[in-house]
Amino acid sequence: MAHFGPKTPHPDTLAIHAGQSPDPATGARAVPIYQTASFVFPDADTAAALFNMEQPGHVYSRLSNPTVSAFEERIAALEGGVGAIATSSGQAALHLAIATLMGQGGHIVASASLYGGSHNLLTYTLPRFGISTTFVSSRDPADWRRAIRPETRLLFGESVGNPSVDVLDIPALGELCRAQGLPLLVDATVTTPYLGRALDMGAHLVVHSATKFLSGHGVVIGGVLVDGGRFDWDAGGRFPTLSEPYSGFHGMVFTEESPATAFLLRARREGLRDFGACMAPMTAFQILQGLETLHLRMPRHVQTTSRIVDFLATHEAVETVHHPDQPRHPDHALAKRLYPQGCSAILSFELKGGREAGQRFIERLSLFSHLANIGDAKSLVIHPASTTHFRMDDAALAAAGITAGTVRLSIGLEHPEDLIEDLARALRAARK
Amino acid sequence: MRFIVEGYPAYAYTGGKPHDPQRPTAVFVHGAAFDHSVWQWQSRYFANHGLSVLAVDLPAHGRSPGNVRRSIEELAQWLGAFIEASGSGPVHLAGHSMGSLIALETALAHPARLASLALVGSAMPMAVGEPFLAAARDGADAALDMEAVWGHSRNAQLATSAVPGVTLLGASRRLNGRAAEGVLAADLAACHGYRADPAALRKLALPVLVLGGKRDQMTPVTATETLAKEIPGARFVALDAGHSMMSEAPREVVAALRSHWLPAAR
Repeated sequence: MAHFGPKTPHPDTLAIHAGQSPDPATGARAVPIYQTASFVFPDADTAAALFNMEQPGHVYSRLSNPTVSAFEERIAALEGGVGAIATSSGQAALHLAIATLMGQGGHIVASASLYGGSHNLLTYTLPRFGISTTFVSSRDPADWRRAIRPETRLLFGESVGNPSVDVLDIPALGELCRAQGLPLLVDATVTTPYLGRALDMGAHLVVHSATKFLSGHGVVIGGVLVDGGRFDWDAGGRFPTLSEPYSGFHGMVFTEESPATAFLLRARREGLRDFGACMAPMTAFQILQGLETLHLRMPRHVQTTSRIVDFLATHEAVETVHHPDQPRHPDHALAKRLYPQGCSAILSFELKGGREAGQRFIERLSLFSHLANIGDAKSLVIHPASTTHFRMDDAALAAAGITAGTVRLSIGLEHPEDLIEDLARALRAARK
Repeated sequence: MRFIVEGYPAYAYTGGKPHDPQRPTAVFVHGAAFDHSVWQWQSRYFANHGLSVLAVDLPAHGRSPGNVRRSIEELAQWLGAFIEASGSGPVHLAGHSMGSLIALETALAHPARLASLALVGSAMPMAVGEPFLAAARDGADAALDMEAVWGHSRNAQLATSAVPGVTLLGASRRLNGRAAEGVLAADLAACHGYRADPAALRKLALPVLVLGGKRDQMTPVTATETLAKEIPGARFVALDAGHSMMSEAPREVVAALRSHWLPAAR
């Protein structure tokens, strides 16, 4: 028989209200910017209780801050997680997730279709600390399974790859992870919880670059790590950072202290405390401003993108367009299933005439801004092979779906006809 | 730490300090399909403030194996055996929701094992609606939604969390979701079916604290107060919180329990 649970607030309402009561001290309705390093202890007993985790509360803004917590609780509610930790950037969120789960000898299986910055971290930097990564370019979960080793501690991919716009089959990888007893971390920067909730699809952890669509206006650098609270960190004995006493914090066994939030406890009590990549309160405030209109912005982003994909796909100067809206895109059906409202305001395409044509095209655009970012209200353009992904060799570029002529667009909130006119002018110029 | 109770290992969280049966001991009992961690803040506080703490995982819950018990009386029998196995003298017993009924029944069945009783988020009878029971019997996600949503203040997600960065409703739902198949249904049925003898309640000769939540959607504060009035000498305190007051108002719950326990513990 069908069962109906109680009504809960819709995502639109969560985006505006989750994680914040009017300020108890002043009645302020907007989230106040608690621009303070520290918080006064009312008495010595409370001070000791806060340090010893006998009561929750704010101590020092590297560990937590009320403005930042409002953002953390809001994104956790939107994603359907148990909580979140905001970080100084999306890269810091990815690093925090990895460093919380593994140390020297750890191994990651990751999609080859990743943002260049994440690729740098996994390929060049983490090996210095004894953490290695095997990249998988296949869409077949069996190939992911074959890359798993006894020392593997994490599977990682982007919900929609940047810039190739490949769609990660989160349900299939989630199933593989359940069978293997491993967590699945998804970078959901491009999709946001508005287009699809990775935790509901089978991911265990989610990271965002909040710089992008969550804040939506290109004014801050920030990241966030969300815990779904579903993974059993005790099973299999693979995660001693969570299931064994931690001498760095009162000998606490985090899975014993709080089975549902063990990961977040360790990430905050060790990762934020020691690595220190915390979010500033002003940054959290600005992201919250953007988040309040996420449900209004994302439909416009993806609707305009669809029009631009259609325009480019039929333009004689364009060789190919990469976007799952295209029926011939290998992930077209998967994207329709996982992201029925649309999956990406990012697209890439190849111009006839290769790199030179691409450069002429970019330089002749006037409405699109040539810069390294995505997810702004302003439309953006970049040439990945010479910028965001320039450290990758040809093989890695090919695996990430990038050629020398690939141009990436991030579609903003301008009128679609103005954007198409700008593209049309630049395409004409590129052919000369 | 683990004890052997009725032939099976029984886990209890000790609040970060070793259990010392020679010290005054507080025993915390969780509600339906939960575990010891619902008492996370109170366990650590009292373990560092003069009490030995044992926050149990009931059989078939959390880290305690064993068979699902079908009635509050069976669970109280287990809890009595647990207290005996712990080696502690008369304990300060606190129970939340279903745990409050187990604590109450333990007080009635094994009064010599208790120094005091605290009933948190309680009502007697604790009637559970048929849609909730049916959803739990069918293992439907809707049952987890009901437990989480009604288990907190209305629109709990649209408020500042008492625990920075944690959404209490989400964490609570996930904790319920970790319970083994059939546990929630058995627990809710046990709550629904329990009736304490009113005459026995009137003879209860222990210090009793009853904590209600003014925004409790599961056991409305009026029902909690009614129960308090049926126990002679019981002290009733209403907190500005929902049913999950240990996480919604952790400091206030500590303060209420502290005033109840620590004078006796000195």
